[in-house]
Amino acid sequence: MSFAGTIRKGYVRPLDLKHGRVDLGHGAGGRAMAQLIAELFAAAFANEHLDRGDDAAVLPAPAPGERLVVATDAHVVSPLFFPGGDIGCLSVHGTVNDLAVMGARPLYLAASFILEEGFSLAELARIVSSMAHASRDAGVPVVTGDTKVVEQGKGDGVFITTTGIGALPAGRDIGGANARPGDAILVSGTLGDHGMAIMAQRESLAFDAEITSDTAALHGLVAAMLEAVPTIRVLRDPTRGGLATTLNEIASQSGVGMELDEAAIPVLPQVAAACELLGLDPLYVANEGKLIAICPAEDAERLLAAMRAHPLGERAARIGTVTADANGFVQIRTTFGGRRMVDWLSGEQLPRIC
Amino acid sequence: MKYVDEFRDGALAAKLAAAIAREADTGRGYAFMEFCGGHTHAISRYGITDLLPANVRMIHGPGCPVCVLPIGRIDMAIRLALARPDVTLCSYGDCLRVPASDGLSLLKAKARGANVRMVYSAADALALAQKLPEREVVFFAIGFETTTPPTALVLRQAQALGLANFSVLCNHVLTPSAILTILESPEVRELGTVPLDGFIGPAHVSTIIGSRPYAFFAEEYRKPVVIAGFEPLDVMQAIRMLIRQVNEGRAEVENEFTRAVTEEGNLKAQALVSEVFELRRRFEWRGLREVPYSALKIRAPFAKWDAEAKFGLEFVSVPDHRACECGAILRGVKTPTDCKLFGTVCTPENPMGSCMVSSEGACAAHYNYGRFRDIPVVAGTAP
Repeated sequence: MSFAGTIRKGYVRPLDLKHGRVDLGHGAGGRAMAQLIAELFAAAFANEHLDRGDDAAVLPAPAPGERLVVATDAHVVSPLFFPGGDIGCLSVHGTVNDLAVMGARPLYLAASFILEEGFSLAELARIVSSMAHASRDAGVPVVTGDTKVVEQGKGDGVFITTTGIGALPAGRDIGGANARPGDAILVSGTLGDHGMAIMAQRESLAFDAEITSDTAALHGLVAAMLEAVPTIRVLRDPTRGGLATTLNEIASQSGVGMELDEAAIPVLPQVAAACELLGLDPLYVANEGKLIAICPAEDAERLLAAMRAHPLGERAARIGTVTADANGFVQIRTTFGGRRMVDWLSGEQLPRIC
Repeated sequence: MKYVDEFRDGALAAKLAAAIAREADTGRGYAFMEFCGGHTHAISRYGITDLLPANVRMIHGPGCPVCVLPIGRIDMAIRLALARPDVTLCSYGDCLRVPASDGLSLLKAKARGANVRMVYSAADALALAQKLPEREVVFFAIGFETTTPPTALVLRQAQALGLANFSVLCNHVLTPSAILTILESPEVRELGTVPLDGFIGPAHVSTIIGSRPYAFFAEEYRKPVVIAGFEPLDVMQAIRMLIRQVNEGRAEVENEFTRAVTEEGNLKAQALVSEVFELRRRFEWRGLREVPYSALKIRAPFAKWDAEAKFGLEFVSVPDHRACECGAILRGVKTPTDCKLFGTVCTPENPMGSCMVSSEGACAAHYNYGRFRDIPVVAGTAP
């Protein structure tokens, strides 16, 4: 966020955050851009690194023995505002969670905004404020950023890309390739909430259902889980493609199979009903505040208890077991008593959900 | 979920499975075709095959509208949408991915600049035409008798409103003609190479056409028909009823789905359909080739809203890959794994034949839900 603070206070008419709109000037590198950054972004995200107004943030080195973890995530969700959240808080949670499921402690975020000419400044302010709240709640400041404006019709209001840096303690090894036959598979709560909240909000699919997105930062939950069970082997947030796709990724990375128990998989009744109506499978619907954990079977109950003790894991459940199967097949015992595969998602179930 | 979970009760399923195992004669085999993709989906999705004795075999029929839609019909829609920038082509979501000629699909045509939209109903398409008066909105209508009345309704509404920028590209097909084609296929009729002991009759289709149209198959071809709902317990119960008919030497139309299907069906919907549509002399089905009197076209008084007439669209037949076994699979002569293309070049991401196109198709259902049964579990960890 360069240019921040370079305009002289008192000589510029403040941004019209009520009726104003983004114009090409806001991305041109001149005074309008400096003003947008100063009055909107810098004001909302204020922290010692951003406040310096330099082209990049200078950050302290991690503690000796710790390693750096970097993740980046682009957000193009439509609609921008949905029950339970908006693109702003989502863009913080998405990247914080990518770091958290590596077992890393999220430290800093960088954010870049692509704004569409004509986008309402009032909505932008709402998004930025939500993002700032999420960043403060998570304790992960936005320390540098960038803004670009594209002509009308070349964007969809606002796209936000966030990049996060985290610190990984020495010796910690959590990753998709670590699952071993016999391990237990757990999820932190009900599945499909985010995707169905987005779906419900879309104009073409107006139906009455109280479904709110689960968007949330999971690093607190992860910290509590790792404290209780340091032997956790795999953590991952089942975002696009849902539980099914994420488990297939892990199975193929680890060269193992999986066997799930359909009856144990938590799904809210309203999400199940909405999926039923639309012919969707909740196992393939996106989540933004849930995680999958895989740990040795003997630690599973302790891990489950730790998850359930955390507000974001109250409905955690043990849903299956890792099996020895080099084909990487994920199978499910259906509530009906039969067996079937839970395959990769083919094609896309819902576009533009995060 | 109230009123849904009751039809998916695992404990009841186990009891039904035990009853089926008890009643099925171990001295013989049973082969039943579920006509509808909805039944195919329920069988695969709930793993019903695991609950049936080894001598009861289910043949997945051609009742998946997306699967049997010939490539040439999608080509018509794609050519129109690419040639006319003023056209907004809308269809149901599962139509958009169906592969057509030149490596295109409606979705890929969209990426090349065609204006293609997903809608959830014919009514959505009509509403879109009212909202976008400057655009030509074309509804690509597909489906069996279930989705035909809603299409008929929007055509009548468009006529009443004088809505000039709306039209329908009609691909509606008829269930009984497809069943007849299967019964008349040489393997079933003459050679007897395919034992076909009965049909699970359509659920939703039968709510419209009633149970009467199937009487012909029971009487003329001596094939029992049990109309069943799409829930897994419906399917299990229907299989049990079919086994009983076979065991007792009966060939009747029975109705398991009495909560929705009557003998005469929905007369109002039938009247609406015959007001707006008439029979096509012939229509190509993917996997079954040309089937006489098996599809509907829009009647002359509604020609202004018939996209084929309005835009002068011509159907050009496009053959499937030579090695594709979809036709034989649909008639129950072969199973998906008998096909050389299955799982090698033909996958849900890149379907070569009709049965792989939608998750209701026999090949896609087996690929997505059942292929673990073909491949032995290899213990140990892959590199």
